Amino acid sequence: MADINIDEYTDITDVVCPVTFVKAKVAIEELEPGQVLSIHMNGGEPVQNVPRSMKEEGHKVLKLNKNDDGTYDLIVEKGDE
Amino acid sequence: MAFTNEQIERYSRHIILKEVGVKGQKKLLDSSVLIIGAGGLGAPAAMYLAAAGVGTIGIADADEVDLSNLQRQIIHATKDLGKAKVISAKETMEAMNPDVNVNTYRTFVSADNIMELIKDYDFIIDGTDNFPAKFLINDACVMAKKPFSHAGIIRFQGQLMTYVPGEGPCYRCIFKEPPPKDAVPTCKQAGVIGAMGGVIGSLQAMEAIKYILGVGKLLTGSLLTYDALSMEFRKIKLPEKVKDCPVCGDEPTIHQLIDYEQAECDGAL
Repeated sequence: MADINIDEYTDITDVVCPVTFVKAKVAIEELEPGQVLSIHMNGGEPVQNVPRSMKEEGHKVLKLNKNDDGTYDLIVEKGDE
Repeated sequence: MAFTNEQIERYSRHIILKEVGVKGQKKLLDSSVLIIGAGGLGAPAAMYLAAAGVGTIGIADADEVDLSNLQRQIIHATKDLGKAKVISAKETMEAMNPDVNVNTYRTFVSADNIMELIKDYDFIIDGTDNFPAKFLINDACVMAKKPFSHAGIIRFQGQLMTYVPGEGPCYRCIFKEPPPKDAVPTCKQAGVIGAMGGVIGSLQAMEAIKYILGVGKLLTGSLLTYDALSMEFRKIKLPEKVKDCPVCGDEPTIHQLIDYEQAECDGAL
């Protein structure tokens, strides 16, 4: 899984729930099915909720990387419409 | 067009909805709705459409804000007394949502101006208070193939139906022609409970929003009536299409718009 090709990045560390998920949703809607989005987020609430919400929307969570500063990068593949 | 963080937050409760999402919110921002009458029905309809981010809202009304309007026309405030209703409405909508572009038409609709008024809008809301205007709006929308929401309110009662070209009957299919002058009291004579405009006008806004989003089932082919005192909503199934309707039937006999004569309320509902 080291070579995941990321098509787009979005940063949701500047917003709070429920806008975290909304901002991620806005970013992934711009992509085509099969393309990959990397979502930079804070620990805590976003990490608990955003991955789950993305799955519920029909997207595939590929990976969740923890960074040294306590933030996370969620790698999501866009599902079919 | 990419959303700003502010727009994402403003419309977050819409974007979260599967039926709206980013695409739906963009559809709303790219859409246009004309509201005819800035009164009891038009006020809440205009406010919900502005809040929803309908990008272009037209509002047509020739009247000025009168003290007797304020019991129900919540888009206007006491400070607006004497001001043109369309200006007062525009100020309220723009204060609610800077994304909205409001076009004002300080006029009553007539056979001479209605085709020009409706031509650039995606959906029309009939918020008028008199039968001549309601038949005029219907006939014009049928001729111009524009979808519209009809509504009327009086006392503790309200009704609405939605017309979409090719999908179910028009207002004239059901109601044929205006009642004789003075056969039906106007709201000025009969009174109307203020919140009725809120209920029915909000339903009109909902129909416009659903039409723009392309979701759900519209009130085409049905008339919804609301009686506040008995607290009953009735959804009355209407005939599919009336073949001999003089405006939308197989062989229409009305080819020109008609300005019927009838006593009007002083203030639009």
